[in-house]
Amino acid sequence: MTKQLDRAGKSQRVIPGFGLSMGITLFMLSAIILIPLASVLVYSFQLSPRDFLELITKTNVVNAFKTSLLCSLIAAFVNSVFGLILAWVLVRYEFPGKRIMDGIIELPFALPTAVAGITLSKLYSDTGVMGRFLGQFGIKAAYTKVGLTIALIFIGIPFVVRSIQPVLETLDPRYEEAAAILGAGKFHTFRKVILPELGPALLTGFGLAFARGVGEYGSVIYISGNNARNQTQVVSYVIMQKLNYVDYPGATAIALVMLFLSFLVLLLVNMVQVHQAKRTSCL
Amino acid sequence: MKIKSKWILIGISGVFLFFMLVLPLISVIINSLKEGIGFYFHSLASPTVKSAFGVTVLAAVIAVVVNTIFGIAAAWLITRFSFKGKQILSAVIDIPFSISPVIAGLAFLMTFGRMGWAGGLIARLNEALGTNIQIVFAVPGVVLATVFVTFPFVSREIIPVLLSIGKEEEEAAALMGADGFTIFRKITFPHIRWALLYGVILCTARALGEFGAVHALSKTRGETFTLPLEIDALYLSNSSESITSAFAVSSILVLMAVAVLIIRNIAEHQAKKNEENH
Repeated sequence: MTKQLDRAGKSQRVIPGFGLSMGITLFMLSAIILIPLASVLVYSFQLSPRDFLELITKTNVVNAFKTSLLCSLIAAFVNSVFGLILAWVLVRYEFPGKRIMDGIIELPFALPTAVAGITLSKLYSDTGVMGRFLGQFGIKAAYTKVGLTIALIFIGIPFVVRSIQPVLETLDPRYEEAAAILGAGKFHTFRKVILPELGPALLTGFGLAFARGVGEYGSVIYISGNNARNQTQVVSYVIMQKLNYVDYPGATAIALVMLFLSFLVLLLVNMVQVHQAKRTSCL
Repeated sequence: MKIKSKWILIGISGVFLFFMLVLPLISVIINSLKEGIGFYFHSLASPTVKSAFGVTVLAAVIAVVVNTIFGIAAAWLITRFSFKGKQILSAVIDIPFSISPVIAGLAFLMTFGRMGWAGGLIARLNEALGTNIQIVFAVPGVVLATVFVTFPFVSREIIPVLLSIGKEEEEAAALMGADGFTIFRKITFPHIRWALLYGVILCTARALGEFGAVHALSKTRGETFTLPLEIDALYLSNSSESITSAFAVSSILVLMAVAVLIIRNIAEHQAKKNEENH
């Protein structure tokens, strides 16, 4: 038995190139990602705990965190609803223009964030088409949290759709048919049969869209107006402001909190995925 | 009843996509042509835009080369061998996806800037050799930031393909005595070429459009500015003409984004076809 395992272990190294690919990967990863990020950590650890706390509890910093988290949360929620509908339509239905629709979803990945930022800002300003439209209902989008959230919806939509799509493709429609034959209503079928299956994927998409929103910079800074009094500054903007004033301690302290937050979200997403993989392998 | 709900859902999707994604695109084009077609080309030919174009293309080319080498090596490593710490390694590769680009800029400032440990090293090197190497607030910093934010794109595209085809063919070839390069060229490459192409395209798109990370590391307009930074400068100078210029420069990047989406669509289609043929 052990001999067999041994041989199995060795057969994994039949393919050449282990040393070379390991060398290239580790060298480049260290040079470009790990060492620069480690520099941020090292620098932030030089701050005393009291200084650190003082830097991150300043009113404008706390407000920026509140704004970023709140708007990203709302945007991720809106994206979950529309993302679910979009994924459903793209997987389950055949209709003219489907391939174009599927392609357009990825536009926020391909379009530079600064371009998205200025065009959304123009579109939702008082003179823009959407701004005038919303203005009729007394909603002011540009330079408010509403506009900021709209920009984050723009940025986050592909994350949710692309997380749900592959899972929905493998979901067998027969379960829904069975539920329908047994007399379950449409809403009931959706809630009891489909949603539990899509839950982990939906949560992954939600998490990714949320994490992207919290760190977003280019697409939000034009439409948000970056006003401290209206609390429309996002965290990335505050970091950039501090960098411009050469306030490196302030910038690194905020960056550290932000790194911690995004790792937390990623960890949760990862746990959901592992849990999901275990569940499906049991079936 | 079933037909009805189908078209309602398609309708909701269509309306949502039109207002959220398509309308902003149209708006860029309309705004860019506000002062006429002559002004449009005049804006594109300004010296700062030309310089920004050069810097952007340079950064994108280097990012593509670096990330292709890394992407192939990392994908090969992760899908063809088992070793301790593989999970951690693949998680670390994805870091640039999950952190704010502004933090990427900050990281290079903290490494190569005046406060950074490598900053002093470079200053001493410059003194000893009489050179004038600058990283932050210069083109090398812009290139580094661009490589950072685009780092996982190629490997991310290749890894799923290599996982799905398995490694039996390569193992057989290796046992029959083929060397690594031959195995890669004859067996692996034909499988991954569409994924590689798509990864390279995504990497290019992101490199041309990166804003936050580069914004922290580039301060001289006309020298170290990239196209997105030039757009930012034009837009914020707040005269109606320069705003139109900002949209004119943006329209170039919009065309690029649309091209990326089309190529992606074709590449995906081809990959599916290849799968069916096998």
